[in-house]
Amino acid sequence: MSVSETRKRALGRFLVIAIPFIWLGALFLAPFLIVAKISLSTAAVAIPPYEPLISWAEDGALVLTLHVGNYKLIFSDPVYLIAYASSLRNAAVTVVFTLLLGYPLAYFIATRRENWRAPLLLLVMLPFWTSFLIRIYAWIGILKPNGVINGVLIWLGLIDKPLMILNTNFAVAVGMVYGYLPFMVLPLYAHLEKMDWSLLEAARDLGAKPARVFREVTLPLSAPGIVAGSLLVFIPAVGEYIVPALLGGPDTLTIGATLWNEFFSNRDWPVASTVAVALIALLVAPLLALQHHRAKGVKTMSDKP
Amino acid sequence: MSAGKIVKGMSALALIFLYAPILWIVVYSFNESQLVTVWSRFSTKWYAALLQDEQILRAARISLEVALLSATGATVLGTMVGYALARFGRFPGRTLFSGLVIAILAIPEIIMAISMLLLFVALESATGWPHRDVQTIVMAHITFSTAFVAVVVQTRVSELDVSLEEAAADLGARPLRVFFLVTLPLIAPALLSGWLLAFSLSLDDLVITSFVSGPSSTTLPMVVFSKVRLGLNPEINALGTLIILIVSLVAALSLLRTMFRRRGA
Repeated sequence: MSVSETRKRALGRFLVIAIPFIWLGALFLAPFLIVAKISLSTAAVAIPPYEPLISWAEDGALVLTLHVGNYKLIFSDPVYLIAYASSLRNAAVTVVFTLLLGYPLAYFIATRRENWRAPLLLLVMLPFWTSFLIRIYAWIGILKPNGVINGVLIWLGLIDKPLMILNTNFAVAVGMVYGYLPFMVLPLYAHLEKMDWSLLEAARDLGAKPARVFREVTLPLSAPGIVAGSLLVFIPAVGEYIVPALLGGPDTLTIGATLWNEFFSNRDWPVASTVAVALIALLVAPLLALQHHRAKGVKTMSDKP
Repeated sequence: MSAGKIVKGMSALALIFLYAPILWIVVYSFNESQLVTVWSRFSTKWYAALLQDEQILRAARISLEVALLSATGATVLGTMVGYALARFGRFPGRTLFSGLVIAILAIPEIIMAISMLLLFVALESATGWPHRDVQTIVMAHITFSTAFVAVVVQTRVSELDVSLEEAAADLGARPLRVFFLVTLPLIAPALLSGWLLAFSLSLDDLVITSFVSGPSSTTLPMVVFSKVRLGLNPEINALGTLIILIVSLVAALSLLRTMFRRRGA
């Protein structure tokens, strides 16, 4: 290969990396700096609705003003702490129940004959491709006082008057588990499918009971899938806005709703930015764990001959 | 009860759970009554009402335009990212690059929504561009869809047999020719599924779109959200049923295609 050709090839590789990198850097990474910057400002009646950090003083000096008041506010005003706590709780509940429901399903699909797996996976993914908003909206019709569940329960004679399910934390949990279930099933399935099933047979042949085989062989072998699925559900679930907005009650306070309201109703962008910065700080560790986990997974795959 | 039965029972439960709302949407889209949950009799009048709803039709046109543009842009960028991650080995910044993809996939939408809004506002007040309308929505959608396309393409490219590309290179084809004549035809199915995924993500997005859109660019999910916040609405059931129908058809076609391919191989 000639020198100019090698150079051309290097340039080509550089462009394939640089073009998307510049795009994602400009539209995904750089904005975080702007959010951090505005979190140190104060609200103003202006366009855009915040004070600039750098201004000219009357004597011609350049003045940099950093307000830390927003950070003091979100750590002292219980409204914000309650919102973080309830968002974290919602996300944790979602992880637990998507795991309880998703593990058997992923296990079931992974143990079918090969030509059954693709259609079954498609069945799990199909809802994911149809409007999330309209599928969550459907739960209003199912859970409301004169909805499907109450109708069935009254018809069966189990209750006399409708249960108040809609607009409660329970309804939010149902909607969250429903919406995030595919994110749990897919990584679980991916790990269960490439698991070495002969180890299970060996344990069984050596006389281990099914519960013990599961606890001591299946579960440890599928642990990476559990970690990946849990992170993939937990991280986005902390910031979920749509489900609590449609199924939660007026007192359902989440970070998603707090951010939405600060932007659309209060128009206090600096406080909203501060809330966002705190949320990002909260999610850095789980994101790094996910990245580390994925890098490890890729490595073991390429280690195979 | 045996372990196998528990697994089967739980799986059935999970599938019922996944499909109950979909069944509800379809059944009640054919209910004549305005009070969605009270069944009166079969009717297709909400479909007629939907097709005459100017607000929904206008929003649907905007959403389709955004989805077409952003899915195409994301497929181009996402293919570059996926190819680089699968084939370029360890290049400087690889960890950051793959970290970016994962962060975009997992991070709550509302964070991306706020950061992009603040970016567009800061840019506009500094340079007069961009005005918040269809263009800012398309830019935002390209950004998150690129990560999804990248994962689909990366998986496919790393499964590819390198020897085909090496053979073409040994016969004297330049890298760009190898890519367009050998690699691209081989990964075309992944590009198509990546494009479809980006298209459906764009068509579905509410949170990011609400933040980066302007008054003249209300998309379909924004209209749907403003309607469902007021309560049940049979027109939304009709719209949901149409979306379910289209998605099921596309899914059935793709399943048939993979099944026939396997039989032929």
